[in-house]
Amino acid sequence: MSAQPTHFVLLARLLHWLMAVMIIAMLFIGAGMVTSVSERHEWLIHLHKPLGIAILALVIVRLLVRWSTRQPPLPADLPDWQALAAKASHWLLYGLMLVLPLLGWAMISASGEPVMLGTALQLPSIVPADAQLFALLRKAHGYLAYLLFLTVLVHLAAALFHGWIRRDEVLDSMLRGRDRS
Amino acid sequence: MVVRSSSDTPPGGPRRPPLSTASLMLRLGGIAVVVAAVAGAFAYVHGNLDPQRLTPKALVDVLEKNNGVHPGFRRNHGKGVCVIGHFESSGEARAFSTAQVFNEAQTPVVGRFALPSGNPYAPDSSVPIRSLALRFTQANGQQWRTGMNSMPVFPVGTPEAFYQLQQAQSPDPATGKPDPTKVPAFFAAHPEAVPFLTWIKTAKPSASYATETYNSVNAFYLVDGNGNKQAVRWSMAPVARDAAGATAPEGGDFLEKDLVQRLASGPLRFQLNITLANPEDPVNDASKNWPAERKVLNAGTLVLEKTQPQLSGECRDINYDPLVLPAGIQGSDDPLLAARSAGYADSYLRRTSEVSQLPAAKQEARP
Repeated sequence: MSAQPTHFVLLARLLHWLMAVMIIAMLFIGAGMVTSVSERHEWLIHLHKPLGIAILALVIVRLLVRWSTRQPPLPADLPDWQALAAKASHWLLYGLMLVLPLLGWAMISASGEPVMLGTALQLPSIVPADAQLFALLRKAHGYLAYLLFLTVLVHLAAALFHGWIRRDEVLDSMLRGRDRS
Repeated sequence: MVVRSSSDTPPGGPRRPPLSTASLMLRLGGIAVVVAAVAGAFAYVHGNLDPQRLTPKALVDVLEKNNGVHPGFRRNHGKGVCVIGHFESSGEARAFSTAQVFNEAQTPVVGRFALPSGNPYAPDSSVPIRSLALRFTQANGQQWRTGMNSMPVFPVGTPEAFYQLQQAQSPDPATGKPDPTKVPAFFAAHPEAVPFLTWIKTAKPSASYATETYNSVNAFYLVDGNGNKQAVRWSMAPVARDAAGATAPEGGDFLEKDLVQRLASGPLRFQLNITLANPEDPVNDASKNWPAERKVLNAGTLVLEKTQPQLSGECRDINYDPLVLPAGIQGSDDPLLAARSAGYADSYLRRTSEVSQLPAAKQEARP
Protein backbone atom coordinates (compact mmCIF):
# COMPACT_ATOMS: atom_id res chain seq x y z
CA MET A 1 0.00 0.00 0.00
CA SER A 2 1.37 3.40 -0.98
CA ALA A 3 2.03 6.09 1.62
CA GLN A 4 -0.85 8.30 2.76
CA PRO A 5 -1.08 11.54 0.80
CA THR A 6 -0.09 14.61 2.76
CA HIS A 7 -2.05 17.10 0.65
CA PHE A 8 -5.32 17.29 -1.24
CA VAL A 9 -5.01 16.80 -4.99
CA LEU A 10 -4.90 19.95 -7.13
CA LEU A 11 -8.47 19.55 -8.43
CA ALA A 12 -9.81 19.12 -4.88
CA ARG A 13 -7.95 22.23 -3.74
CA LEU A 14 -9.18 24.27 -6.72
CA LEU A 15 -12.77 23.18 -6.10
CA HIS A 16 -12.45 23.96 -2.39
CA TRP A 17 -11.24 27.51 -2.85
CA LEU A 18 -13.49 28.31 -5.81
CA MET A 19 -16.52 27.07 -3.92
CA ALA A 20 -15.41 28.80 -0.73
CA VAL A 21 -15.57 32.13 -2.56
CA MET A 22 -18.86 31.26 -4.25
CA ILE A 23 -20.57 30.00 -1.10
CA ILE A 24 -19.51 32.93 1.05
CA ALA A 25 -20.64 35.29 -1.73
CA MET A 26 -23.91 33.37 -1.94
CA LEU A 27 -24.55 33.61 1.81
CA PHE A 28 -23.93 37.35 1.75
CA ILE A 29 -26.08 37.79 -1.37
CA GLY A 30 -28.91 35.91 0.32
CA ALA A 31 -28.62 37.89 3.54
CA GLY A 32 -28.64 41.21 1.67
CA MET A 33 -31.45 40.16 -0.65
CA VAL A 34 -34.00 39.24 2.01
CA THR A 35 -33.41 42.41 4.01
CA SER A 36 -33.52 44.94 1.21
CA VAL A 37 -36.33 46.64 -0.71
CA SER A 38 -34.01 48.65 -2.97
CA GLU A 39 -32.89 47.81 -6.51
CA ARG A 40 -30.20 45.79 -4.77
CA HIS A 41 -32.91 43.23 -3.96
CA GLU A 42 -33.53 42.71 -7.64
CA TRP A 43 -29.98 42.40 -8.89
CA LEU A 44 -28.98 40.20 -5.95
CA ILE A 45 -31.79 37.76 -6.85
CA HIS A 46 -30.53 37.71 -10.42
CA LEU A 47 -27.08 36.71 -9.12
CA HIS A 48 -28.42 34.30 -6.51
CA LYS A 49 -30.21 31.93 -8.88
CA PRO A 50 -27.46 31.19 -11.45
CA LEU A 51 -24.80 31.13 -8.73
CA GLY A 52 -26.87 28.59 -6.80
CA ILE A 53 -27.16 26.31 -9.81
CA ALA A 54 -23.41 26.66 -10.43
CA ILE A 55 -22.74 25.60 -6.83
CA LEU A 56 -25.07 22.62 -7.26
CA ALA A 57 -23.16 21.49 -10.35
CA LEU A 58 -19.78 22.02 -8.70
CA VAL A 59 -20.67 20.18 -5.50
CA ILE A 60 -21.59 17.12 -7.55
CA VAL A 61 -18.20 17.26 -9.27
CA ARG A 62 -16.58 17.82 -5.90
CA LEU A 63 -18.21 14.77 -4.31
CA LEU A 64 -17.06 12.66 -7.26
CA VAL A 65 -13.52 13.98 -6.82
CA ARG A 66 -13.72 13.31 -3.10
CA TRP A 67 -14.80 9.71 -3.65
CA SER A 68 -12.26 9.03 -6.39
CA THR A 69 -9.13 10.48 -4.75
CA ARG A 70 -7.38 9.90 -1.44
CA GLN A 71 -7.47 12.50 1.29
CA PRO A 72 -4.63 13.28 3.66
CA PRO A 73 -5.39 11.74 7.06
CA LEU A 74 -6.11 13.83 10.11
CA PRO A 75 -3.14 14.12 12.50
CA ALA A 76 -2.67 11.00 14.60
CA ASP A 77 -2.60 12.96 17.84
CA LEU A 78 -5.89 14.78 17.19
CA PRO A 79 -8.28 14.15 20.11
CA ASP A 80 -11.13 11.84 19.20
CA TRP A 81 -13.81 14.48 19.67
CA GLN A 82 -12.01 16.84 17.30
CA ALA A 83 -11.61 14.11 14.70
CA LEU A 84 -15.31 13.31 14.99
CA ALA A 85 -16.25 17.00 14.79
CA ALA A 86 -14.03 17.38 11.71
CA LYS A 87 -15.72 14.50 9.89
CA ALA A 88 -19.25 15.45 10.95
CA SER A 89 -18.83 19.11 9.98
CA HIS A 90 -17.42 18.17 6.59
CA TRP A 91 -20.37 15.96 5.75
CA LEU A 92 -22.71 18.68 7.05
CA LEU A 93 -21.00 21.15 4.71
CA TYR A 94 -21.30 18.82 1.72
CA GLY A 95 -24.93 18.07 2.60
CA LEU A 96 -25.89 21.74 2.85
CA MET A 97 -24.03 22.64 -0.37
CA LEU A 98 -26.12 20.02 -2.12
CA VAL A 99 -29.45 20.61 -0.39
CA LEU A 100 -29.62 24.42 -0.38
CA PRO A 101 -29.60 24.89 -4.17
CA LEU A 102 -32.11 22.04 -4.53
CA LEU A 103 -34.38 23.68 -1.92
CA GLY A 104 -34.11 27.02 -3.73
CA TRP A 105 -34.99 25.40 -7.05
CA ALA A 106 -37.85 23.44 -5.45
CA MET A 107 -39.30 26.44 -3.62
CA ILE A 108 -39.51 28.52 -6.80
CA SER A 109 -41.11 25.53 -8.51
CA ALA A 110 -43.65 25.25 -5.66
CA SER A 111 -44.50 28.95 -5.92
CA GLY A 112 -45.65 28.40 -9.51
CA GLU A 113 -43.14 30.88 -10.90
CA PRO A 114 -41.06 29.79 -13.86
CA VAL A 115 -37.53 28.96 -12.68
CA MET A 116 -35.56 31.48 -14.70
CA LEU A 117 -31.78 31.83 -14.84
CA GLY A 118 -31.41 35.19 -16.50
CA THR A 119 -34.03 36.52 -18.89
CA ALA A 120 -34.46 33.56 -21.23
CA LEU A 121 -32.98 30.38 -19.74
CA GLN A 122 -35.66 28.38 -17.97
CA LEU A 123 -35.17 25.30 -15.80
CA PRO A 124 -37.94 22.73 -15.38
CA SER A 125 -40.03 22.75 -12.20
CA ILE A 126 -38.96 19.96 -9.85
CA VAL A 127 -42.04 19.95 -7.60
CA PRO A 128 -45.69 20.80 -8.37
CA ALA A 129 -47.02 24.29 -7.57
CA ASP A 130 -48.33 24.12 -3.99
CA ALA A 131 -48.57 27.06 -1.58
CA GLN A 132 -48.07 25.09 1.63
CA LEU A 133 -45.15 23.18 0.17
CA PHE A 134 -43.67 26.52 -0.93
CA ALA A 135 -43.87 27.90 2.62
CA LEU A 136 -42.16 24.81 4.00
CA LEU A 137 -39.37 24.81 1.41
CA ARG A 138 -38.83 28.56 1.66
CA LYS A 139 -38.39 28.39 5.43
CA ALA A 140 -36.10 25.36 5.19
CA HIS A 141 -34.01 27.24 2.60
CA GLY A 142 -33.65 30.19 4.97
CA TYR A 143 -32.92 28.30 8.19
CA LEU A 144 -30.49 25.88 6.56
CA ALA A 145 -28.65 28.83 4.98
CA TYR A 146 -28.09 30.26 8.46
CA LEU A 147 -26.89 26.82 9.56
CA LEU A 148 -24.49 26.73 6.61
CA PHE A 149 -23.12 30.13 7.58
CA LEU A 150 -22.54 28.96 11.15
CA THR A 151 -20.87 25.78 9.91
CA VAL A 152 -18.62 27.84 7.62
CA LEU A 153 -17.61 30.00 10.61
CA VAL A 154 -16.77 26.90 12.67
CA HIS A 155 -14.84 25.47 9.70
CA LEU A 156 -12.89 28.72 9.36
CA ALA A 157 -12.11 28.83 13.09
CA ALA A 158 -11.03 25.17 13.07
CA ALA A 159 -8.76 25.70 10.04
CA LEU A 160 -7.06 28.60 11.78
CA PHE A 161 -6.82 26.57 14.99
CA HIS A 162 -4.92 23.90 13.05
CA GLY A 163 -2.72 26.47 11.32
CA TRP A 164 -1.98 28.86 14.17
CA ILE A 165 -2.39 26.91 17.43
CA ARG A 166 -1.73 23.26 16.69
CA ARG A 167 0.54 24.17 13.77
CA ASP A 168 -0.09 20.75 12.24
CA GLU A 169 -0.35 19.90 8.55
CA VAL A 170 -4.14 20.23 8.21
CA LEU A 171 -4.37 23.81 6.91
CA ASP A 172 -1.29 23.30 4.77
CA SER A 173 -2.83 20.26 3.09
CA MET A 174 -5.49 22.50 1.53
CA LEU A 175 -3.22 25.47 0.87
CA ARG A 176 -0.52 23.84 -1.26
CA GLY A 177 0.41 20.66 -3.08
CA ARG A 178 3.52 19.68 -1.13
CA ASP A 179 5.27 20.43 2.13
CA ARG A 180 7.15 23.64 2.59
CA SER A 181 10.83 22.87 2.12
CA MET B 1 -12.66 8.29 3.76
CA VAL B 2 -10.49 10.15 6.18
CA VAL B 3 -8.16 7.69 7.86
CA ARG B 4 -6.14 8.81 10.80
CA SER B 5 -2.46 8.10 10.48
CA SER B 6 -1.18 5.45 12.81
CA SER B 7 2.55 5.84 12.24
CA ASP B 8 4.74 6.99 15.10
CA THR B 9 5.87 10.18 13.42
CA PRO B 10 2.86 12.35 12.62
CA PRO B 11 2.79 13.41 8.96
CA GLY B 12 3.96 16.93 8.46
CA GLY B 13 7.11 16.53 10.47
CA PRO B 14 7.97 16.58 14.14
CA ARG B 15 5.82 18.32 16.76
CA ARG B 16 6.20 22.08 16.99
CA PRO B 17 7.55 23.51 20.28
CA PRO B 18 4.73 24.54 22.64
CA LEU B 19 3.46 28.14 22.41
CA SER B 20 4.11 30.57 25.21
CA THR B 21 0.97 31.70 27.03
CA ALA B 22 1.23 35.16 25.48
CA SER B 23 1.62 33.75 21.98
CA LEU B 24 -1.27 31.33 22.52
CA MET B 25 -3.54 34.16 23.66
CA LEU B 26 -2.51 36.31 20.73
CA ARG B 27 -3.24 33.53 18.25
CA LEU B 28 -6.59 32.65 19.81
CA GLY B 29 -7.39 36.35 19.72
CA GLY B 30 -6.45 36.43 16.05
CA ILE B 31 -8.87 33.59 15.28
CA ALA B 32 -11.60 35.37 17.23
CA VAL B 33 -10.98 38.57 15.25
CA VAL B 34 -11.18 36.80 11.88
CA VAL B 35 -14.39 34.96 12.80
CA ALA B 36 -15.93 38.09 14.30
CA ALA B 37 -15.05 40.10 11.18
CA VAL B 38 -16.83 37.62 8.91
CA ALA B 39 -19.82 37.35 11.25
CA GLY B 40 -19.93 41.15 11.59
CA ALA B 41 -19.84 41.66 7.82
CA PHE B 42 -22.71 39.19 7.52
CA ALA B 43 -24.71 41.00 10.20
CA TYR B 44 -24.05 44.29 8.39
CA VAL B 45 -25.30 42.97 5.05
CA HIS B 46 -28.22 41.33 6.84
CA GLY B 47 -29.24 44.72 8.27
CA ASN B 48 -28.76 43.76 11.94
CA LEU B 49 -26.49 46.75 12.54
CA ASP B 50 -28.89 49.16 10.84
CA PRO B 51 -32.32 49.14 12.48
CA GLN B 52 -33.36 52.10 10.31
CA ARG B 53 -33.02 50.14 7.07
CA LEU B 54 -36.30 49.68 5.27
CA THR B 55 -36.75 45.92 4.92
CA PRO B 56 -39.48 43.85 3.28
CA LYS B 57 -40.47 42.77 6.78
CA ALA B 58 -40.91 46.38 7.95
CA LEU B 59 -43.09 47.16 4.90
CA VAL B 60 -45.38 44.22 5.57
CA ASP B 61 -45.36 44.77 9.34
CA VAL B 62 -46.72 48.30 8.94
CA LEU B 63 -49.52 47.00 6.71
CA GLU B 64 -50.39 44.44 9.39
CA LYS B 65 -50.28 47.12 12.06
CA ASN B 66 -52.72 49.30 10.12
CA ASN B 67 -55.09 46.59 8.97
CA GLY B 68 -54.79 43.84 11.54
CA VAL B 69 -53.48 40.36 10.81
CA HIS B 70 -55.83 38.24 8.74
CA PRO B 71 -54.12 34.84 8.50
CA GLY B 72 -53.85 33.40 5.02
CA PHE B 73 -54.88 36.63 3.26
CA ARG B 74 -52.71 38.99 1.25
CA ARG B 75 -51.31 41.72 3.48
CA ASN B 76 -52.51 44.31 0.99
CA HIS B 77 -55.34 44.04 -1.54
CA GLY B 78 -56.75 41.36 0.76
CA LYS B 79 -60.30 41.34 -0.60
CA GLY B 80 -60.77 40.21 -4.16
CA VAL B 81 -62.00 37.67 -6.65
CA CYS B 82 -60.24 35.43 -9.18
CA VAL B 83 -60.96 35.80 -12.89
CA ILE B 84 -60.07 33.36 -15.66
CA GLY B 85 -59.67 34.24 -19.30
CA HIS B 86 -57.17 34.83 -22.06
CA PHE B 87 -55.37 37.55 -23.95
CA GLU B 88 -55.70 38.02 -27.71
CA SER B 89 -52.71 39.82 -29.18
CA SER B 90 -53.32 42.41 -31.88
CA GLY B 91 -49.71 42.15 -33.04
CA GLU B 92 -49.18 45.90 -32.56
CA ALA B 93 -46.59 45.47 -29.78
CA ARG B 94 -44.65 42.85 -31.73
CA ALA B 95 -42.30 45.42 -33.26
CA PHE B 96 -41.31 46.60 -29.79
CA SER B 97 -41.08 43.37 -27.81
CA THR B 98 -40.02 39.79 -28.41
CA ALA B 99 -42.36 38.58 -25.64
CA GLN B 100 -44.36 35.61 -26.85
CA VAL B 101 -47.55 37.10 -25.38
CA PHE B 102 -47.50 39.73 -28.15
CA ASN B 103 -46.72 37.22 -30.87
CA GLU B 104 -49.09 34.34 -30.17
CA ALA B 105 -52.77 34.66 -31.03
CA GLN B 106 -53.90 33.70 -27.51
CA THR B 107 -52.31 33.47 -24.07
CA PRO B 108 -54.17 32.09 -21.02
CA VAL B 109 -54.65 34.46 -18.09
CA VAL B 110 -55.43 34.00 -14.39
CA GLY B 111 -56.30 37.34 -12.83
CA ARG B 112 -57.65 38.91 -9.71
CA PHE B 113 -59.75 42.01 -9.09
CA ALA B 114 -59.27 43.47 -5.62
CA LEU B 115 -59.60 46.36 -3.22
CA PRO B 116 -56.39 48.12 -2.20
CA SER B 117 -56.79 47.51 1.51
CA GLY B 118 -55.08 45.12 3.87
CA ASN B 119 -58.45 44.25 5.39
CA PRO B 120 -60.11 41.37 3.50
CA TYR B 121 -63.49 42.40 4.98
CA ALA B 122 -63.31 46.09 3.99
CA PRO B 123 -66.59 47.38 2.52
CA ASP B 124 -66.36 47.84 -1.26
CA SER B 125 -67.36 51.50 -0.89
CA SER B 126 -64.54 52.23 1.57
CA VAL B 127 -61.87 52.94 -1.08
CA PRO B 128 -62.20 54.75 -4.42
CA ILE B 129 -59.52 52.55 -6.01
CA ARG B 130 -59.79 49.04 -7.50
CA SER B 131 -56.99 46.83 -8.70
CA LEU B 132 -56.50 44.18 -11.36
CA ALA B 133 -53.64 41.71 -11.24
CA LEU B 134 -52.90 39.38 -14.15
CA ARG B 135 -50.72 36.38 -14.82
CA PHE B 136 -50.17 35.59 -18.50
CA THR B 137 -48.68 32.12 -19.04
CA GLN B 138 -46.87 31.96 -22.37
CA ALA B 139 -46.61 28.78 -24.42
CA ASN B 140 -42.85 28.69 -23.71
CA GLY B 141 -43.51 28.57 -19.95
CA GLN B 142 -42.40 32.12 -19.20
CA GLN B 143 -44.87 34.32 -17.36
CA TRP B 144 -45.87 37.95 -17.29
CA ARG B 145 -47.30 39.06 -13.97
CA THR B 146 -48.65 42.54 -13.47
CA GLY B 147 -50.49 44.27 -10.66
CA MET B 148 -52.43 47.29 -11.87
CA ASN B 149 -54.47 49.94 -10.08
CA SER B 150 -57.28 52.23 -11.17
CA MET B 151 -55.26 55.32 -10.24
CA PRO B 152 -53.06 56.84 -12.94
CA VAL B 153 -50.09 57.58 -10.67
CA PHE B 154 -48.78 56.39 -7.33
CA PRO B 155 -48.98 58.87 -4.41
CA VAL B 156 -45.20 58.79 -3.90
CA GLY B 157 -42.13 57.79 -5.87
CA THR B 158 -40.05 55.83 -3.37
CA PRO B 159 -40.56 52.88 -1.00
CA GLU B 160 -39.33 55.03 1.91
CA ALA B 161 -42.07 57.61 1.30
CA PHE B 162 -44.65 54.83 0.90
CA TYR B 163 -43.55 53.42 4.25
CA GLN B 164 -43.86 56.84 5.91
CA LEU B 165 -47.33 57.25 4.41
CA GLN B 166 -48.32 53.91 5.94
CA GLN B 167 -46.82 54.97 9.28
CA ALA B 168 -48.89 58.16 9.16
CA GLN B 169 -52.00 55.95 9.02
CA SER B 170 -50.97 53.64 11.86
CA PRO B 171 -53.17 53.56 14.93
CA ASP B 172 -51.90 55.69 17.79
CA PRO B 173 -51.15 53.38 20.74
CA ALA B 174 -52.91 55.83 23.10
CA THR B 175 -56.22 56.14 21.25
CA GLY B 176 -56.18 53.03 19.06
CA LYS B 177 -57.02 55.30 16.12
CA PRO B 178 -54.78 57.00 13.55
CA ASP B 179 -53.81 60.56 14.40
CA PRO B 180 -55.89 62.63 11.90
CA THR B 181 -53.19 65.30 11.58
CA LYS B 182 -50.49 62.92 10.36
CA VAL B 183 -51.65 62.18 6.82
CA PRO B 184 -52.19 65.88 5.93
CA ALA B 185 -48.77 66.62 7.43
CA PHE B 186 -47.25 63.85 5.31
CA PHE B 187 -48.76 65.22 2.11
CA ALA B 188 -47.70 68.77 3.00
CA ALA B 189 -44.13 67.48 3.17
CA HIS B 190 -44.46 65.45 -0.06
CA PRO B 191 -45.26 67.70 -3.01
CA GLU B 192 -44.67 64.74 -5.36
CA ALA B 193 -48.12 63.51 -4.24
CA VAL B 194 -49.93 66.40 -5.99
CA PRO B 195 -50.81 64.48 -9.20
CA PHE B 196 -52.27 61.64 -7.10
CA LEU B 197 -54.14 64.03 -4.77
CA THR B 198 -55.55 65.89 -7.76
CA TRP B 199 -56.86 62.62 -9.19
CA ILE B 200 -58.27 61.28 -5.93
CA LYS B 201 -60.37 64.43 -5.37
CA THR B 202 -62.68 63.37 -8.18
CA ALA B 203 -62.37 59.61 -7.68
CA LYS B 204 -65.45 57.77 -6.38
CA PRO B 205 -65.78 54.12 -5.41
CA SER B 206 -67.08 52.49 -8.59
CA ALA B 207 -70.11 50.18 -8.59
CA SER B 208 -68.26 47.67 -10.74
CA TYR B 209 -64.80 46.29 -11.35
CA ALA B 210 -65.70 46.12 -15.03
CA THR B 211 -65.94 49.86 -15.65
CA GLU B 212 -62.50 50.86 -14.39
CA THR B 213 -59.24 51.38 -16.27
CA TYR B 214 -56.29 49.68 -14.59
CA ASN B 215 -52.81 51.19 -14.88
CA SER B 216 -49.37 49.66 -14.46
CA VAL B 217 -48.41 52.91 -12.68
CA ASN B 218 -44.73 51.83 -12.75
CA ALA B 219 -42.75 51.99 -15.98
CA PHE B 220 -41.20 49.02 -17.78
CA TYR B 221 -39.17 48.43 -20.92
CA LEU B 222 -40.27 46.56 -24.01
CA VAL B 223 -37.23 44.94 -25.61
CA ASP B 224 -37.17 44.09 -29.32
CA GLY B 225 -35.14 41.47 -31.19
CA ASN B 226 -32.18 43.84 -31.54
CA GLY B 227 -32.11 44.62 -27.83
CA ASN B 228 -33.61 48.11 -28.27
CA LYS B 229 -35.47 49.20 -25.16
CA GLN B 230 -38.60 51.34 -25.22
CA ALA B 231 -39.88 52.70 -21.88
CA VAL B 232 -43.61 52.11 -21.46
CA ARG B 233 -46.51 52.13 -19.06
CA TRP B 234 -49.58 50.03 -19.77
CA SER B 235 -53.23 49.98 -18.87
CA MET B 236 -56.28 47.78 -19.28
CA ALA B 237 -59.28 49.83 -20.39
CA PRO B 238 -62.83 48.40 -20.49
CA VAL B 239 -64.04 47.96 -24.06
CA ALA B 240 -67.75 48.47 -23.29
CA ARG B 241 -68.15 51.38 -20.92
CA ASP B 242 -71.79 50.72 -20.22
CA ALA B 243 -72.10 52.07 -16.70
CA ALA B 244 -68.86 53.98 -16.40
CA GLY B 245 -68.87 56.42 -13.57
CA ALA B 246 -71.74 54.80 -11.72
CA THR B 247 -71.22 55.45 -8.04
CA ALA B 248 -71.13 52.56 -5.67
CA PRO B 249 -74.07 51.69 -3.48
CA GLU B 250 -73.31 51.99 0.21
CA GLY B 251 -71.85 49.05 2.00
CA GLY B 252 -70.24 45.77 1.67
CA ASP B 253 -69.92 43.29 -1.06
CA PHE B 254 -71.45 44.47 -4.31
CA LEU B 255 -68.35 44.28 -6.55
CA GLU B 256 -68.05 40.51 -6.72
CA LYS B 257 -71.81 40.06 -7.26
CA ASP B 258 -71.75 42.64 -10.04
CA LEU B 259 -68.86 40.83 -11.73
CA VAL B 260 -70.59 37.43 -11.55
CA GLN B 261 -73.79 38.97 -12.98
CA ARG B 262 -71.97 40.61 -15.87
CA LEU B 263 -70.04 37.45 -16.73
CA ALA B 264 -73.29 35.45 -16.75
CA SER B 265 -74.26 37.38 -19.88
CA GLY B 266 -70.91 37.00 -21.66
CA PRO B 267 -67.20 37.68 -21.34
CA LEU B 268 -65.76 41.04 -20.32
CA ARG B 269 -63.21 42.67 -22.59
CA PHE B 270 -60.42 45.08 -21.78
CA GLN B 271 -58.01 46.65 -24.25
CA LEU B 272 -54.31 46.55 -23.39
CA ASN B 273 -53.01 50.03 -24.11
CA ILE B 274 -49.23 50.45 -24.04
CA THR B 275 -48.07 54.05 -23.76
CA LEU B 276 -44.64 54.75 -25.28
CA ALA B 277 -42.50 57.20 -23.32
CA ASN B 278 -40.58 60.02 -24.92
CA PRO B 279 -36.94 60.21 -23.85
CA GLU B 280 -37.70 63.07 -21.44
CA ASP B 281 -40.53 61.27 -19.61
CA PRO B 282 -39.75 60.12 -16.05
CA VAL B 283 -39.24 56.36 -16.07
CA ASN B 284 -38.15 56.00 -12.45
CA ASP B 285 -40.93 57.99 -10.76
CA ALA B 286 -44.42 56.49 -10.57
CA SER B 287 -45.80 59.62 -8.88
CA LYS B 288 -45.50 61.63 -12.12
CA ASN B 289 -47.92 61.63 -15.05
CA TRP B 290 -46.67 61.32 -18.59
CA PRO B 291 -48.09 63.86 -21.07
CA ALA B 292 -51.43 62.76 -22.53
CA GLU B 293 -50.32 63.04 -26.17
CA ARG B 294 -47.89 60.13 -26.04
CA LYS B 295 -48.26 57.40 -28.65
CA VAL B 296 -50.39 54.49 -27.43
CA LEU B 297 -50.32 50.96 -28.88
CA ASN B 298 -53.43 48.83 -28.79
CA ALA B 299 -51.59 45.61 -27.96
CA GLY B 300 -54.63 43.36 -27.80
CA THR B 301 -57.70 42.34 -25.86
CA LEU B 302 -58.05 40.74 -22.46
CA VAL B 303 -61.11 38.47 -22.45
CA LEU B 304 -62.36 37.50 -18.99
CA GLU B 305 -64.72 34.54 -19.01
CA LYS B 306 -65.47 33.48 -15.46
CA THR B 307 -64.84 34.19 -11.80
CA GLN B 308 -63.63 31.92 -9.04
CA PRO B 309 -63.79 32.62 -5.27
CA GLN B 310 -60.47 33.99 -4.09
CA LEU B 311 -60.14 31.41 -1.31
CA SER B 312 -60.40 28.42 -3.62
CA GLY B 313 -59.63 29.85 -7.06
CA GLU B 314 -56.45 29.63 -9.09
CA CYS B 315 -55.39 33.19 -8.20
CA ARG B 316 -55.13 32.44 -4.48
CA ASP B 317 -51.62 31.02 -4.61
CA ILE B 318 -50.25 33.48 -7.17
CA ASN B 319 -47.91 36.21 -6.01
CA TYR B 320 -48.56 38.99 -8.55
CA ASP B 321 -44.96 40.17 -8.35
CA PRO B 322 -44.58 42.86 -11.05
CA LEU B 323 -41.02 41.74 -11.75
CA VAL B 324 -41.99 38.26 -12.94
CA LEU B 325 -41.56 39.13 -16.61
CA PRO B 326 -41.01 37.19 -19.83
CA ALA B 327 -38.05 37.78 -22.15
CA GLY B 328 -39.00 40.92 -24.10
CA ILE B 329 -40.29 42.89 -21.09
CA GLN B 330 -37.97 44.31 -18.40
CA GLY B 331 -38.46 46.27 -15.21
CA SER B 332 -37.39 49.90 -15.18
CA ASP B 333 -35.23 51.47 -12.48
CA ASP B 334 -38.37 52.72 -10.71
CA PRO B 335 -37.43 51.99 -7.06
CA LEU B 336 -41.02 51.02 -6.26
CA LEU B 337 -40.78 47.96 -8.51
CA ALA B 338 -38.01 46.28 -6.51
CA ALA B 339 -39.80 47.22 -3.28
CA ARG B 340 -43.07 45.73 -4.50
CA SER B 341 -41.26 42.54 -5.51
CA ALA B 342 -39.51 42.30 -2.12
CA GLY B 343 -42.59 43.18 -0.09
CA TYR B 344 -44.89 40.84 -2.01
CA ALA B 345 -42.42 37.99 -1.43
CA ASP B 346 -42.56 38.60 2.32
CA SER B 347 -46.37 38.78 2.32
CA TYR B 348 -46.50 35.63 0.17
CA LEU B 349 -44.39 33.65 2.63
CA ARG B 350 -46.54 34.82 5.55
CA ARG B 351 -49.82 33.91 3.90
CA THR B 352 -48.70 30.62 2.36
CA SER B 353 -47.60 29.60 5.87
CA GLU B 354 -51.19 30.20 7.03
CA VAL B 355 -53.21 28.49 4.31
CA SER B 356 -54.72 26.06 6.82
CA GLN B 357 -56.10 29.01 8.80
CA LEU B 358 -58.16 30.42 5.92
CA PRO B 359 -61.92 30.43 6.53
CA ALA B 360 -62.56 28.27 3.45
CA ALA B 361 -59.94 25.72 4.52
CA LYS B 362 -61.51 25.54 7.96
CA GLN B 363 -64.97 25.01 6.45
CA GLU B 364 -63.64 22.31 4.15
CA ALA B 365 -62.05 20.61 7.12
CA ARG B 366 -65.41 20.31 8.87
CA PRO B 367 -67.07 16.90 8.51
